[in-house]
Amino acid sequence: MPAGEFLPADCCRRSVIMDFSLDKKHEMARALFREFAETEVKPLAQEVDEQERFPRETVEKMQKLGFMGIPVPKEYGGQGCDPLTYAMCVEELSKVCGTTGVIVSAHTSLCVDPIMTYGTEEQKQKYLVPLAKGEKLGAFGLTEPGAGTDAQGVQTKAILDGDEWILNGSKVFITNGKEADIYIIIATTEVLTDAKGRKKKIFSSFIVEKGTPGFTFGTKEKKMGIRGSATYELIFEDCRIPKENLLGALGKGFGIAMHTLDGGRIGIAAQALGIAAGALETTVNYVKERKQFGRAIGAFQNTQFQLADMYTKVEAARLLVYKAAMAKATQKSFSLEAATAKLYAAEIAMDVASKAVQLHGGYGYIRECDVERMMRDAKITEIYEGTSEVQRMVISGSLLK
Amino acid sequence: MKIVVCIKQVPDTKGGVKFNPDGTLDRGAMLTIMNPDDKAGLEAALKLKDQFGAEVTAITMGLPKAEEVLREAMAMGADKGILVTDRVLGGADTWATSTTLAGAIRNLEYDLIITGRQAIDGDTAQVGPQISEHLGLPVISYAQNIKVEGDFVIVQRQYEDRYHELKAKMPCLITALAELNQPRYMTPGGIFDAYDKEITVWGRANLVDVDDSDLGLKGSPTKIAKASDKVRKGSGEKVVLESDEAVSYIMGKLKDKHVI
Repeated sequence: MPAGEFLPADCCRRSVIMDFSLDKKHEMARALFREFAETEVKPLAQEVDEQERFPRETVEKMQKLGFMGIPVPKEYGGQGCDPLTYAMCVEELSKVCGTTGVIVSAHTSLCVDPIMTYGTEEQKQKYLVPLAKGEKLGAFGLTEPGAGTDAQGVQTKAILDGDEWILNGSKVFITNGKEADIYIIIATTEVLTDAKGRKKKIFSSFIVEKGTPGFTFGTKEKKMGIRGSATYELIFEDCRIPKENLLGALGKGFGIAMHTLDGGRIGIAAQALGIAAGALETTVNYVKERKQFGRAIGAFQNTQFQLADMYTKVEAARLLVYKAAMAKATQKSFSLEAATAKLYAAEIAMDVASKAVQLHGGYGYIRECDVERMMRDAKITEIYEGTSEVQRMVISGSLLK
Repeated sequence: MKIVVCIKQVPDTKGGVKFNPDGTLDRGAMLTIMNPDDKAGLEAALKLKDQFGAEVTAITMGLPKAEEVLREAMAMGADKGILVTDRVLGGADTWATSTTLAGAIRNLEYDLIITGRQAIDGDTAQVGPQISEHLGLPVISYAQNIKVEGDFVIVQRQYEDRYHELKAKMPCLITALAELNQPRYMTPGGIFDAYDKEITVWGRANLVDVDDSDLGLKGSPTKIAKASDKVRKGSGEKVVLESDEAVSYIMGKLKDKHVI
């Protein structure tokens, strides 16, 4: 603050004052992400969606600029920034292309982050460094045909055989599947039986490289939205990986997966926020141009009230998402913040995108219209990285604990 | 090699233009960007740094807020940033600006000085060549290509339908065109690093060999009589006439306005 200026906050007798303004470096980072998104990502968004094409050229550009390792320390090849900067990157990319947003989110939150958090020094050198530099792309596999919200349904097994783990099973709906080079895989390593005879699976997490014999890809999913992101089935048939590719402690896979998903929820919340903000921005521009009854439709009170509601929701979501990102930087546990941000941002993304289509009228229903794609992209944010129902379980669980 | 790049924070033409009562721009109230020609000049310097390992210093004269443009330059890869700011320097035209920048650059070691051709706010294209005059350096303006060979620079100077290839011994000054290159993006880590570094701030007292009478609004020979944003024209008058009548109608209007 320049000398001589006096703000009411100065007389506040509190050591910490809530500050909702971004500092200069985060503002500049946002300007960078925005410029990149507008210049490099937006022109491809429609084509990538229409052709269900993975935007490899964008990933290569993002690699050169360090977007694939934003919250990773410099000594491991990252940018040395924080989770908030990463969230803003996903937000700005998603404003123009939900596909590009989730590629960065799945890579960073679900593959880079667990190796950074749980990896040994050797694993960090071998995997984290090339991932953070963007030379390698990452993915994460927990979900299976019989295991979505209920992780106990995981069937994939890992059995230790001498110096190798043998993986058998399959994973579905894996973002960045086939395109990624490094996969974090959750598998059962033990089944315990309690005194009452009930079975409980114990999980561990593993690092698996593409190209490992016995690791193949099944069908590519055709999706409603985020159609440029590659979503594949992963198949493990007697897939042997080195013993040292166990990530974190044996039997701690469930905790690792849940902690990883907490971080992932911040990424997806940022994606949802971006989609909502993009839909709002597109609509604001449209209603100034579109004329009906001799006036721009922005002159009608219905339009104005809808826009006001959309803006209010986007702003509220942004505060929750940024708060969750800040919590990840400063707190050991940030499950509640992440679930709250993800639940709200995803639901308002769907709501705001739907309102955006409505305000566009018939044009909004046409494939060439950006908000049409945004509405389809928004839906998945209510489902993946834990459905909205799972977020409600996490939030209420925390309240009633 | 040591390269000094002069950059300017200019209004973003996407935002509105605001004026002070004296007709100068109210720079504090507008959205700003790094002047496009200057950004190309900075990129040219950074390319030479990539190639030969140069030290690149970005320098700007402006309000304290102009620090932002130096941070941006550093986030792109400049090693140092120098902000020349002082109340007595306010309201400067090209003469006072070039005097100030030359006075600041006299403190520095350099092999090459690169400026943008012109700034999108004033569009004069005078500051670069004037700095070279103050410092007694050769100048090559309108560079569309820059090469360094030994102690020499070889520059393609854009000239209407052709270009001239000029060779000059360093130290010298080059003014860069936006077409020279595609400036690189910043990186997130570069931005964080730029904010961890110190920016050197100089005032009037740091300027070498300059006279007070050549500084600021007082030292500016240019006097602005009036300045305004573009005024929207009225909707005009629409008439539908047969061609003969239309000709005489138009002739009448032109005579009324004393055009013919």
